[in-house]
Amino acid sequence: MNEAGHSLQAAKIDQVIADDLVKRFGKFVAVDHVSFRISSGEIMGFLGPNGAGKSTIIRTLCGLLRPSSGRTIVAGIDVSRDPEGVRQRIGYMSQKFSLYRDLTVEENLRFFGGIYNVPRAELRERMRFAIDMAGLAGREQAMVGTLAGGWMQRLALGCAVLHRPPILFLDEPTSGVEPASRRRFWDLIHSLASEGVTVLVSTHYMEEAEYCHRVALINHGRLIASGSPAELKRRAIGGELLLLECDALGQTLEALQNAPDVRDCSVFGDALHVLVGNAEKNLTELPDLLAAKGLRPSHIARISPSLEDVFVQLIAADVAAPRVAA
Amino acid sequence: MRIRRLKAIALKELLQIWRDPRSLMIALLMPFSQMFLLGYGVTLDLKHIPICTFDREASQNSQALLKHFEASSYFAISRNIQTYPALVAAVDRSDCKVAIVIPPDFSERLNDTGRSTVQAILDATDDNTANIAFGYAVAVVSGYSQDVALDALGRQGNQFRQIQPMTVQSRVWFNEDLVSRNFIIPGVVAVIMALVGAQLTSLTISREWERGTMELLVSTPVTPSEVMVGKLAPYLVLGWIDAAFCLIIATFWFGVPFRGTLFTLFVTTTLFLIVVLGIGYLLSVLIRSQIGASQIALLLTMLPTTLLSGYVFPIDQMPTVIQDITYLVYSRYYVTIIKAIFLKGAGIPALAMPILFLLVYAVAVMTLAARAFRKSLD
Repeated sequence: MNEAGHSLQAAKIDQVIADDLVKRFGKFVAVDHVSFRISSGEIMGFLGPNGAGKSTIIRTLCGLLRPSSGRTIVAGIDVSRDPEGVRQRIGYMSQKFSLYRDLTVEENLRFFGGIYNVPRAELRERMRFAIDMAGLAGREQAMVGTLAGGWMQRLALGCAVLHRPPILFLDEPTSGVEPASRRRFWDLIHSLASEGVTVLVSTHYMEEAEYCHRVALINHGRLIASGSPAELKRRAIGGELLLLECDALGQTLEALQNAPDVRDCSVFGDALHVLVGNAEKNLTELPDLLAAKGLRPSHIARISPSLEDVFVQLIAADVAAPRVAA
Repeated sequence: MRIRRLKAIALKELLQIWRDPRSLMIALLMPFSQMFLLGYGVTLDLKHIPICTFDREASQNSQALLKHFEASSYFAISRNIQTYPALVAAVDRSDCKVAIVIPPDFSERLNDTGRSTVQAILDATDDNTANIAFGYAVAVVSGYSQDVALDALGRQGNQFRQIQPMTVQSRVWFNEDLVSRNFIIPGVVAVIMALVGAQLTSLTISREWERGTMELLVSTPVTPSEVMVGKLAPYLVLGWIDAAFCLIIATFWFGVPFRGTLFTLFVTTTLFLIVVLGIGYLLSVLIRSQIGASQIALLLTMLPTTLLSGYVFPIDQMPTVIQDITYLVYSRYYVTIIKAIFLKGAGIPALAMPILFLLVYAVAVMTLAARAFRKSLD
């Protein structure tokens, strides 16, 4: 029985565990006491701005970086004790495209098939699968460097899953890829997860985080919140959200900030997002309140918050909270 | 070490070499250009040294002496000069390395006293050439002098047996014609192997770092020694091809005698290639940029191999300190070996010592290189 099959049977165990992980580069703390667990078949999304420490965490889990302190366990193996054991059980897509551009699609796949020691009998079928998945049928002999971004990324994913790893680490796999290709890429991730593959994927596209089963928000090397997108929204927002369109944004903002039951108000594009305790009540009360000050909103409606709202909210809260020196 | 992985890496590397014109150029064109450049350019034989003559007497005797110079293959008379200042100017302009001045009383003194002198003015900016040229000039003059003496004896009607002082009957071994090319070309082969070998592998790891492919490679279960052996294998084959080129050019084009066996050459060349490929690889691991690694590789192979390996400059004539340093220069062992194989036809037993040194070097370099490669981005 191969490794993948084995881990699929062991249902719902934590495939990836980070325990109080710290990584320093000199004086710079890239990862600051981060802990999380990912169970099998789960898609965990790392959401955060560039330089937040997402890549560093992923590289540490792959055994490419040695943690300064804390523990990482992947596929039940302590990464620092047996990095090679871990490497046979993971697939990794680095942030920077790292297949061989001067090799063809097929040569790249064959290379990784050899490196991962995929049984010869199985390799042809696995390569077929990867090529079909990447939508590269008929272009097997194309030089990888000549492929468009979306194809490159899907091929990289194909190479990463060639040896049927039970765990996938994907570091910003969709950066620089056009939206249609991104959608397709996420479909692939979901189909892999439905087969029991555990996926840790980082992104800085907020809307992509909605595709994840669970999201961890990372900022300045710290994990500031984690949970399912819906859970995060409920927890983080702490109220209900209204969208308000009007002409005099500045004046309206000022008026709303002093209104009762308005917890927060911020400019969002050419409209305002207003956080209130009770949406129903405020839908009727707020226009009246504004009208009293001579302001006329053109549109007011209840909306469900995006993860971007959540992120902004949580980062603001994080900055406000007293920080323990690292 | 898994054969499967070695094969995957070796094949990948081979494809990359094949598609990278720069690597291919180094691998296949450099041996040719270097072989011809160094084969023709570096020669220690002095032939046709330009000389100027200033015959102030213009007698039968003086012309006879100059004929001797003309007849010698060591000299070529470039000009006959009529004034002293013109002679000085000719030396200054490097029109000649040697100027021969025959005094106006050359014949007179020869007839009166039985002895006479000629002046040789030497351009000694290159003292070695001047020394050799002077030696040749003395030989030419004394040849003439002997003719004159015998001639005089004959005319006096003396029937003395020609007196011959002691002479040395010399027999030259190994390089019978004393052609310096025969001695230099095998050394050139060593220089080329060292240069090309280290150059090629100096790019192999740094290229992966520069192109970002290393990050993925180290995330796989491949081991450092698999990477090393897999990557070096195609270059070893290239090295063999280069060695074959060199051998063909040396023997068929330059006519250097090859008296050893191909087997001995193959074994020792393989050993030497492992050392130089390993050094290039080690540099590539330590220095993560292609330019940096290839520059250092050039420095570490070119200088010691040309200066301290004994390929042109004999080691036993170096100061003792430098001689001690040459023991560290891996090329010296191969230069010794390859010259002995070409010219003496030496076999492995006769070369046991230098082979042993190379073996120690190979093991050390391989061990270091395998350890230096860490599967980490730290």
